[in-house]
Amino acid sequence: MNVTLSSSELKKEGIEKTAQLSGANFFSCYQCGKCTAGCPASEFMDIPPHEVIRLLQIGQIEEILEKNSIWICASCITCAVRCPKGVDLAKIMEALRQIVLRKNVNYVHPSSVSKEELRTLPQIALIANFRKLTG
Amino acid sequence: MIKSARLNSVGVFVCHCGINIASTVDIEEVKRQLAGYPGVEFVKDYQYMCSEPGQLLFKEACRSETVGGVVVASCSPRLHETTFRRAAAEAGMNPYRVEIANIREQCSWVHHDEKEKATIKAVDIIKSVIERSKRNESLSSVSIKTVKKVLVVGAGISGMQAALNIANSGIETYLLDREPSIGGRMAQLSETFPTLDCSQCILTPRMVEVGQNKRITLMTYSEVEEVSGYVGNFKVKVRRKAAYVDWDKCTGCGLCSEKCPKKVPSEFDRSLGRRKAIYSQFPQAVPNKTVIDRESCLYFKTGKCRLCVEACPLGAIDFEQEDRIEEIEVGAIVVATGYDLYEKEKIEEYRIGYCEDVIDGLAFERLLSSSGPTQGRVLRPSDGTVPKEVVFIQCVGSRDPDHHLPYCSRICCMYTAKHAMLYKHRVPDGQPYVFYMDIRSGGKNYEEFVQRTIEEERVLYIRGRVARLYRDGKKVVVVGADTISGKKIEIRADMVVLAMAMRPSGGIGELSKKLKIQVDQNGFLSEAHPKLRPVETLTRGVFLAGCAQAPKDITDTVSQAGAAASMVLELLSNEELTHSPTTAWVDEELCAGCGQCVAQCAYGAIELDTRRKKAHVNDILCQGCGACVAACPSAAVNQRNFSISQYYSMIESIV
Repeated sequence: MNVTLSSSELKKEGIEKTAQLSGANFFSCYQCGKCTAGCPASEFMDIPPHEVIRLLQIGQIEEILEKNSIWICASCITCAVRCPKGVDLAKIMEALRQIVLRKNVNYVHPSSVSKEELRTLPQIALIANFRKLTG
Repeated sequence: MIKSARLNSVGVFVCHCGINIASTVDIEEVKRQLAGYPGVEFVKDYQYMCSEPGQLLFKEACRSETVGGVVVASCSPRLHETTFRRAAAEAGMNPYRVEIANIREQCSWVHHDEKEKATIKAVDIIKSVIERSKRNESLSSVSIKTVKKVLVVGAGISGMQAALNIANSGIETYLLDREPSIGGRMAQLSETFPTLDCSQCILTPRMVEVGQNKRITLMTYSEVEEVSGYVGNFKVKVRRKAAYVDWDKCTGCGLCSEKCPKKVPSEFDRSLGRRKAIYSQFPQAVPNKTVIDRESCLYFKTGKCRLCVEACPLGAIDFEQEDRIEEIEVGAIVVATGYDLYEKEKIEEYRIGYCEDVIDGLAFERLLSSSGPTQGRVLRPSDGTVPKEVVFIQCVGSRDPDHHLPYCSRICCMYTAKHAMLYKHRVPDGQPYVFYMDIRSGGKNYEEFVQRTIEEERVLYIRGRVARLYRDGKKVVVVGADTISGKKIEIRADMVVLAMAMRPSGGIGELSKKLKIQVDQNGFLSEAHPKLRPVETLTRGVFLAGCAQAPKDITDTVSQAGAAASMVLELLSNEELTHSPTTAWVDEELCAGCGQCVAQCAYGAIELDTRRKKAHVNDILCQGCGACVAACPSAAVNQRNFSISQYYSMIESIV
């Protein structure tokens, strides 16, 4: 896939927003991969955790948001605890989820949920169903 | 010394070298086979002959006066011959009656799969050395007086450092450079990593110190023409190039340069700025004298102009000046000739992108330098605008064994990080990108510096080589890949800086021939041993410092220059030097005066008396290589303790 880089691409809104919401400096990351290596859920992700950071570094936030990785993350913070550069990836994941959630897009319309499902599913699962793009 | 012993009887020690020899060669079998061999007085073995107890055993045998010589069967004579010869001398035996039989490098190490055959070979090697040893003469070393003066070739930071260390220890030093001023490459740099010290600010005090040092004689704008002689007594012819300015009169006022009408690209500014045909390299030049560039000067080209002559209030301009040859005598030479950059034109795949805005690292240094052509402002050479997107490419020409150079140039990772950081300081809204393969920042505070560049300055590091550059309007499009994300990357850059590979500076080949020192496969000067003799060459009395030996940064260069200076001082601290007496000699009865030996001698040690038609070997110059012995058609040349009859007896003992 081709990417054309420029300073505006690297400083676009989503990138700045992620930095602001997470409070993490993802430019510190030197791509050692320890986060991915220690992540208990990385095998279920479309792209591994370290690549989420790399895509942020090169301004490719849209690609991250298309993938399931941020929704698979369970915020166990193993990555953040082990990172040698102190990059809090768990917070970055949360920031990215917030960027999606704050768009207030309902991915499933409530009327499409059957009465049976409404009765049996826990509420938290229903909310996740409306807001999160988990594929 | 040897009273009761028969000179042709020998004692033999067989070293186990732990398991290095003993696990392959059957030591007991060796001892059995050698016991009773003609002339062998005893055969003993020991775990480590080089250890102190081993040497005690050896000395005891030397002292016992029952043997005329000792053979130590162990490792290569390169390693411990000196150890045992010294021990023999201490014990009162002539050191040249001690011989080493190499049964490790030439036997056990190379035949560890064939133990029986290795044992037979070890016995043969030892027998042959016994034969040689029985015929050895008691020799005494040749001594040479030393000239307590030193020549340092190259006056960059390494040459300056070596010269200062030597001169401050009380020894007269000549400091030579082919440029008009001392200072070298470091004078061109802007700021230095990882502290961002201004290069000129830390260099110029050193330059002034060199200029003021009474024991340092500057020979700038000069080249080494011819070197003869040997350690302690080199004779060097130096070509003092014609500056066409009388330096005794010139005060460096610069009026001549002001008036000179001819402008040409400045080499010092990597062609980003211009200089006059009569010029001094830079404002803080030492010595601060001008030279006329004959190729550009209008007077030399057309016979007209002479504006500089009119401008000079001291009458220093001298168009009639010619090169002079000056001869100096020195005891030691330090070679510190520095580096050049690999030519960017050699990178075929980048060529269509080349324009004024694609520059090398040294040119970028000049752009950043406060005394550079833009007074430190980062401006595009093509149109003088501030570049907003700048791409730095590392490893250009380096680490490319298939097309260019196989080695890592070692400093580019650090200076590129520095370039990107300084660019960001000068152009805060600009975006620097660095294409790299690995970041090699192994030095004190180096890794921290690189990380600061990435974290705080937000320089985007992209892991991958750039495949192509091409031009699109005023932009240079850089096509590379980010191997971490697996994406192909394109950047429309305003400017591209290439971290070109480092090469030894031009002319090193000829100079190495004149000095009879070796260069490696990449053209850098070879050290005598990569670990233990890093500043010596294989030619005694010639030492190395700085990037002439291998790429290195200023820190390492200064350390190495200090090391070279200390080696020089160690050498010259002796009133006399000793020289191995195993030299060649000519049997005049047999010599026909054909002169073939003279032609073979790489050290100029043989002279032919044409009147008497006899060759004569100078003991001091002879290095004992044996080339003349092999060349002589009448077997008139022999080498002491390596005589032809000794070789015959060695061969007879094993076939």
